[in-house]
Amino acid sequence: MFLLRWMWANLRNEVLVLPSRILALAWVVAVLLLPLAFPDAYVLRIATFACLFAIFAASWDLLAGYTGQVSFGHALFFGAGAYASALLSLRLGLSPWFTVWIGAAVATVFGAVVGFLCQRLRGAYLSLATLAFPLIALGLLFAFPDFSGGELGVSGLRRLAASATGNYYVAALSMLAIVFGLWLLADSKFGIVLHAIRDDEVAARASGINTPRYKLAVFALSAAAAGFAGALFAHYLRIAGPSTLEVALSFQVVIWGIFGGAATIYGPVAAVFILYPLTEWLGSYGAFGELRLLAFAVIVLLVLLFMPRGLAPWVRDKVESQCPRCKQRNRAWRSVCRLCNAPLRLGAA
Amino acid sequence: MIQDILVTGLVNGGVYALLAIGFSLIFGVARIVNIAHTAFYMLAAYSFYTLLVRAEMGFALAGIVSVAAVVALSVLCYKLVIEPVREHESAVLIATIALALIFQELMLLAYGGNYLGIPSTLEGVLILFGVSIPYQRLLILAVAAAMLAATWFLLYRTRLGLAIRATANDLEVANLMGMNVERVAMATVGISVALAAVAGVVVAPVFVVDPFMWLSPLVTMLAIVVLGGLGSLKGSLIGALIIGYVEAITVFALPAGAFLKGAVALTIMVVVLLARPEGLFGVAFEEER
Repeated sequence: MFLLRWMWANLRNEVLVLPSRILALAWVVAVLLLPLAFPDAYVLRIATFACLFAIFAASWDLLAGYTGQVSFGHALFFGAGAYASALLSLRLGLSPWFTVWIGAAVATVFGAVVGFLCQRLRGAYLSLATLAFPLIALGLLFAFPDFSGGELGVSGLRRLAASATGNYYVAALSMLAIVFGLWLLADSKFGIVLHAIRDDEVAARASGINTPRYKLAVFALSAAAAGFAGALFAHYLRIAGPSTLEVALSFQVVIWGIFGGAATIYGPVAAVFILYPLTEWLGSYGAFGELRLLAFAVIVLLVLLFMPRGLAPWVRDKVESQCPRCKQRNRAWRSVCRLCNAPLRLGAA
Repeated sequence: MIQDILVTGLVNGGVYALLAIGFSLIFGVARIVNIAHTAFYMLAAYSFYTLLVRAEMGFALAGIVSVAAVVALSVLCYKLVIEPVREHESAVLIATIALALIFQELMLLAYGGNYLGIPSTLEGVLILFGVSIPYQRLLILAVAAAMLAATWFLLYRTRLGLAIRATANDLEVANLMGMNVERVAMATVGISVALAAVAGVVVAPVFVVDPFMWLSPLVTMLAIVVLGGLGSLKGSLIGALIIGYVEAITVFALPAGAFLKGAVALTIMVVVLLARPEGLFGVAFEEER
């Protein structure tokens, strides 16, 4: 009873006071209840993909949005996770429940190596150099088809769960856990250091922050999350193919990340949950089937012209405002701050 | 085999140089990482195909019209799409990605995904030291050399070139000295896309034309630009020759070389970056604050 009252108080005072938090809560509930509302295989399939790509986009945001290491080769980690998990479970016959973790671990190693190699690069150099890594991996895969399956990839994998609903819950729960984990991390002291590295690396170093170590840690962490998503993706599709390493996927995650709003974590996740089902839905119309990618690009372009900072920050600025005195966020239609009673607008109070 | 390597490397290097210098120019002046750069190259190849094969124009005329049309389109895109979001670097980045995807899909719709062949514009081969070089490849080399010379003249011997170099050096000071920075950026977009379009027109008869032909030169071009140093024209030229020869050597001398050609080129880029993070000829500029 006490616990319930405590939870209700928390809910009322921390979550329901801000429209953005209500939206986040509604989204979590919707993700969890979706299979009950629409037990349709097609809907579940799209939702599963959206969950996996949301993990991927959120991991990119930690690296690119927060730390400013705009990676154009994030597909490397996705592909590394997918291939490592697929090869292990197929060649050694291990359970996929075990190999997805190894996939994430292998991706972490890749992330640390790439982070180490790119330590001295910054800005556009870093972006363009990271673009190279998945393509080098792709070249190697094609050059040794006996080991990697070449263009066909590694197929015939086992799924994690037998039913569509089970698979969906595996994806959805890992997505919620990873996204909230990344969000907490980005909101912590660690995240503040990352902001500092992005905004002014020289100043951060002058303040005694070991920036190379932080950058390496972020590369590894972000790669781990991306690799986990990749491994789940491979087992869901039952194939790890070269498409997990392609430039298109790397660009796709950049689009999701920036479209949703960089350095927010929830922005890229929202972008995936909006753009991915939208393009699938457009693609399901016969005439639109061929226009799917075109429609996707046009929508992204038009939205950007109106919200150049991304979707999530734009929405957030519409429904919330910041208190000028205590910097807490408030509903946009309040006239005084909910915590310190300072007037929010000139001439309001 | 050595002769093959020499000729292929030189010809590919010439094409890459056209692409890389254009990309480098626009990055230097406007700080735009233009992912759509090679998409314009693809558009020029398609437009050349249409004019030459479907409208049966002469190839000189078809080439000139294609280049002019693509340049006009690029300036229009810059005005409509890039300029409104210029302040937001990341928005510019994905705007160029989106543009490239749009062009790809439009070409896919209009022409289908098939490979389109263009008949050689020049027949015959030149026998030089026992190597037969098709005239078509010589034409590519000649056009590339002429365009590079023209670019050099424009940049170092004209007032517009002076303005472009000044803007690349320091945008704010150039603006304070009374240069119309916006106009300079637009002119640079035109010049850089013109170089890409010329490359598209001359290679169209040698390579096949398809909607995805922009991806692989995009990656190679980015590798070259990073290898040579972003914004450095000399670096782009030398980087283009290096990568051109490395690819030729990989293809002719290694087993399964065709698959590894991109990987080897990119590995070289990574190695150079490890030794010199600012590229071969890049200037290590202090972080802009």
